Amino acid sequence: MKDVAPESNGQSEKSTKSSLDKTSSDKTSSDKSLHWLYRPENKPKLWGMLALILVLALVPEFFIHHHAHFESEGIHVDASWGFFAWFGFLACAAMVIAAKLLGFLLKRKDSYYDE
Amino acid sequence: MSDFAFPPGLLLILGAFVLPQLQGKARDVLTLALPLAVLAMVWSLPLGSHVTLDFLGYQLEPAQVTKTGRLFATVFSLMAFIGAIYAYKQARLLELCAAYVYAGSAICVTFAGDIISLFVFWELMAIGSTLVIWSAGTDAAYKASMRYLQVHLLGGVILFAGVVARVYATGSVEFTAMALSADFSGESLGNALILVGFLINAGAPPLSAWIADAYPEASPSGTVFLSAFTTKTAVYTLMVGFAGEQILIYIGVYMIFYGIIYALLENDMRRILAYSIVNQVGFMITAVGIGTELALNGAAAHAFAHIIYKALLLMSAGSVLYQTGVRKCSQLGGLFQTMPQTAITGMVGALAISAFPFTSGFVTKSLETSAAAYEGHVVVWFCMVAASAGVFLHAGIKFPWFVFFQKDSGLRPPEAPLNMRIALWVFAFLCVAIGIYPDPLYAILPYELDYEPYTADHLITQFQLLLFAGFAFFALLPLMRRTLTISLDFDWVYRKVLFGLGRWGSTKFWRIDQLLRVWILARIQSTMVFLSQFAPVGILSRSHPSSSMVLWTVAVLAIYLVFSFI
Repeated sequence: MKDVAPESNGQSEKSTKSSLDKTSSDKTSSDKSLHWLYRPENKPKLWGMLALILVLALVPEFFIHHHAHFESEGIHVDASWGFFAWFGFLACAAMVIAAKLLGFLLKRKDSYYDE
Repeated sequence: MSDFAFPPGLLLILGAFVLPQLQGKARDVLTLALPLAVLAMVWSLPLGSHVTLDFLGYQLEPAQVTKTGRLFATVFSLMAFIGAIYAYKQARLLELCAAYVYAGSAICVTFAGDIISLFVFWELMAIGSTLVIWSAGTDAAYKASMRYLQVHLLGGVILFAGVVARVYATGSVEFTAMALSADFSGESLGNALILVGFLINAGAPPLSAWIADAYPEASPSGTVFLSAFTTKTAVYTLMVGFAGEQILIYIGVYMIFYGIIYALLENDMRRILAYSIVNQVGFMITAVGIGTELALNGAAAHAFAHIIYKALLLMSAGSVLYQTGVRKCSQLGGLFQTMPQTAITGMVGALAISAFPFTSGFVTKSLETSAAAYEGHVVVWFCMVAASAGVFLHAGIKFPWFVFFQKDSGLRPPEAPLNMRIALWVFAFLCVAIGIYPDPLYAILPYELDYEPYTADHLITQFQLLLFAGFAFFALLPLMRRTLTISLDFDWVYRKVLFGLGRWGSTKFWRIDQLLRVWILARIQSTMVFLSQFAPVGILSRSHPSSSMVLWTVAVLAIYLVFSFI
């Protein structure tokens, strides 16, 4: 499923360690018996599963004809091949990048209002 | 008054004052019985107005049943019931009572047939919700509750000004559709102010920040109550008062993207979900702005489903917070291993908010997008589709991924207490049940609905949209590394700029005040010195012998005598 996700980035949180002391002691014990989701050798498999699901989701495009929502306005793009797939991907990429850029402007330390 | 009826919400408000008087079992029974009794009353009243009260010559109708109001009242009482189960042992008594006053007033708003009783319960909601935040008992919660209260009191004052202007101009207190117009009559001024008052509670710009500022400071159960009532009551009032106002479309679309962008930047798990409330309410407000029967049905159905899945998400996050004491994504992760039930139910909520097929979001939000398509709102439709993908990005994946999966944080908390898990499972069940069998929900919508959500085209396109949004999430994960930050919002203006100006002004004022005082004191001082040093020889205090005074008095009298004879 999509929640079984293929990345364990974000690991390099410098501040996590200091704030959670009990965490670090637990961590050493659990390292030996990591859940299979977290084992590095499973990462390619998880990416592979995701790729397979994405390909499966596109298969119906060969058999089905979408209807355009705004035929009368002369807009047909939403009935084109795989529209929802690429539009969804690009929209999300645009939003992530927009958030990233705005973040430079808007992000402050989380103690900003405390002083 | 033959058909006298008691406004159902009032029962919950009054019950909140009885609860603290009871102990043990009796209190537990009443706690659970009250919302169910309210739900029964909501459905026992036939459509129409049932009570008329005279107040200062105006006809108040505090028990008017409409289809729209009944739908909202239904989900509000359901929410109060499940929320009470969730809060049962963990929340303070004050929080539960405040939540019941809050929920009861929200239900009363949906039954208000006139704007005066609407306003009264509107303000009672602000007080109840402030107490809910307050009862978290932390310093941060107290400060947040005061900021929250100020925003809502401002909204209340604007709303009341609007009510006064409208009633003065039209002579009617009826709560009905209110058209905006560009003329400067009292009525249009009143309508515009009422609209602003409603929009402040909906989390509309520029004052959207109060939601993400205040809600995450409440207790685990408090946030669940808060997420349900204020914004959705605002959606209800906008549906009744301002359906089809075009400006709402633009406001709604702005809110949709505001919610997504800020949720993407956020690190606090419950604040992510708070931003996503703004996003979801944005969909509803856009639909209200479109204003057709299909769109209004969509807004109502979406609000109904949203209350359930958003509460589910916040209960899931609340359970994590309750068990770990950690609220930041950067410190969470890997919790699915020891909290599988919380993780699974939380993911059901996450799928529902993303409108995944076979969940409640799929069968309700699609009414809104279809309405946009039927009305030829091209840009709005493309924005809504893009935002639907964005919802999956910021709430559907981001929340469960960072809390339950991500890296292994090493935290190994046990499952949440039984009552919390029961609440989670009930709402998770409802999310799927409504998704698979939406007909009962469709049947109680405000207007007749002939809509089939499960077409092959709709299913396939929705799967593609969401799966590729998920792909974008994992492909761009390096760009979304969690940082220990908050994001500036409009509240910066009043928490930093205005506060700073005030402080600067008061230090300046204090300086001027001090200089002035010193100067005046110096003047008084020198006058006193002058008097004390020069007085004995000064002209005013020179002593005169009384004999000379008598002589002069006699002289004056003599002159007077002479003149009187002339």
